[in-house]
Amino acid sequence: MNEEKTPPVADPGLEEHEHRYTDVDPAAADRAYRQIVGMLASVPVFVLAFLFVYFGVPKEAELVLFGANFKMQTTLLGLTGGLATLMIGVAAIAWARSLMSDEEIVGERHGAPSSPEARERVLADLETGIEASGIRRRKLLGTGMAGALGLIAVPALVSLADLGPWPTAELRSKTIEKTIWAEGVRLVNDVTYIPLKAADIVVGQLVNAVPEGLPKIEDGAEFQQAKAKAAIIVVRMDPNSIKIPDSRKDWQVDGILSYSKICTHVGCPISLWEQQTHHLLCPCHQSTFDLANSGVVVFGPAARSLPQLPITTDSEGYLVARSDFTVPVGPSYFERDSSKDFKEGDR
Amino acid sequence: MRFLASGRRHKAARPLLLLLALFLVGAVYAAVSPATSSTAEGVADAQLIAAGKNLFAVNCASCHGLNAEGLAQQGAPNLTNVGAAAVDFQVASGRMPMANPLGQAVSKQNTFTEDEIAALAAYVGSLGNGPGIPTEDQYDPSGIQAAGVARGGELFRTNCSACHNFKGAGGALPNGAVAPNLTDADPIEVWEAMRTGPGQMPVFAAGAVPDQDVKQVIAYIQQVNAAPSAGLSLGGLGPVAEGFWAWVAGIGTLVLFAIWIATRGARA
Repeated sequence: MNEEKTPPVADPGLEEHEHRYTDVDPAAADRAYRQIVGMLASVPVFVLAFLFVYFGVPKEAELVLFGANFKMQTTLLGLTGGLATLMIGVAAIAWARSLMSDEEIVGERHGAPSSPEARERVLADLETGIEASGIRRRKLLGTGMAGALGLIAVPALVSLADLGPWPTAELRSKTIEKTIWAEGVRLVNDVTYIPLKAADIVVGQLVNAVPEGLPKIEDGAEFQQAKAKAAIIVVRMDPNSIKIPDSRKDWQVDGILSYSKICTHVGCPISLWEQQTHHLLCPCHQSTFDLANSGVVVFGPAARSLPQLPITTDSEGYLVARSDFTVPVGPSYFERDSSKDFKEGDR
Repeated sequence: MRFLASGRRHKAARPLLLLLALFLVGAVYAAVSPATSSTAEGVADAQLIAAGKNLFAVNCASCHGLNAEGLAQQGAPNLTNVGAAAVDFQVASGRMPMANPLGQAVSKQNTFTEDEIAALAAYVGSLGNGPGIPTEDQYDPSGIQAAGVARGGELFRTNCSACHNFKGAGGALPNGAVAPNLTDADPIEVWEAMRTGPGQMPVFAAGAVPDQDVKQVIAYIQQVNAAPSAGLSLGGLGPVAEGFWAWVAGIGTLVLFAIWIATRGARA
């Protein structure tokens, strides 16, 4: 098609081939040959060494390299096996670079389409097939088949409803929006379940706590779900150095405040609390919450304040919850009502 | 009795009687005043506190104030209730006095003698109610069995690993601060740090974490760091450090091979 047009830049043709040293100097070629054969000959040596290490070196033997402990056998197996493989590869590349011919060869391209005769024959065969199927005269056959194929997908799609219960408001209020915290539930230390006495908590203290009923949950999955929602951190700060809004005056005991331990971004547990700045930093994406200011976000991708758990003391002086969390803990979800979350400036 | 009666005019009788009387007086005095030794201790304590006060005035007061009341504009806290344990931790580890009062107090060569630290600790401890220097049975983890070590690990991962990493390798904090590496920390240092909350570290007081639990935590740190790591630990920092070296060393080597394969060699 473009054959008659002159190309905009004259075809320079092939560059004149420059020979390698190994092409013109037989001594250099012999040297390269010896090197490559030498590399290939080292492979059986490494293989034998591998076998020797495999059967000869005890599994318990250790090796100290760069101040770190290595298992002697696995280290040597890796070293010998790796060097054997490496030598095969290096020899192959060296062979290609120095001894295989590197003369440029021109391979002409040809067009991609089939010949016109072949294309005509295929179209004719197709036409014959359509005609023979009878779909031209009995049109409902095609429509029926297409409709049936489409409808067969419906059972597959409907069965996706098995993936979980429908998240209605009622179900959410019993599951994701509820924890095992309730009025009068004592705060206990995580792991040891020691109940926390308000008088024992000093300014600057951090406690990773859970509700006292948690260890009584025997079912493993239920335990983990309950803990994932109910985990809190308890901190004590100098009441004069922090902001406590009027609406939350009764939520704390002399500067002892407790917050959900679950980040409101994607739900990582957070306990990196800086005693002096009162900032709580999430290790996953560096969301930072100010526990001296009702848990508002001061940095990072989290969009909502950390939920605060209202606490007080019981008759024996132990810390207890006043109620469940007032807002759902953890990360956002589509149906979540975020109008009740604490915002900077709320009273 | 006859012996006493007949010997009463012996020339040694009067000196002997005198000696006996002196001994009796001494014995009775010792018996009715058991406070003697503790009075001496109290005097020694008072001397220690006085020596500590002098040391404090020379070494600490420029930031913490002459009466340890602290100086807010220097960022130096009030030391009234920090306790002797805080002083022992901060001074023995070289964190105090600070070389640069603006940054984080970092561990460095301690220039005080043990007696001087004891005096400083006694003085600051006498100012208020803070944790005292622990005795060995409060922090020594040597009696902890395997189950205790496992429980210590659980406590460590719950309370400490957020900052100090899961095996105590330390980690980064906001604003350029660091949570120090605990692998070489002495048991007493761990105890004192937990009880006093140095710098940004929160306090882990006995009400929530009793001494027995602290000992288990210390036993975990010691065991997890005594266990040989397989190969290079790369700081024990997990996938970030390992991925970095996989990229630099692994992919770097592959790139070098690719360059070697593709370069045009020397020509005649």
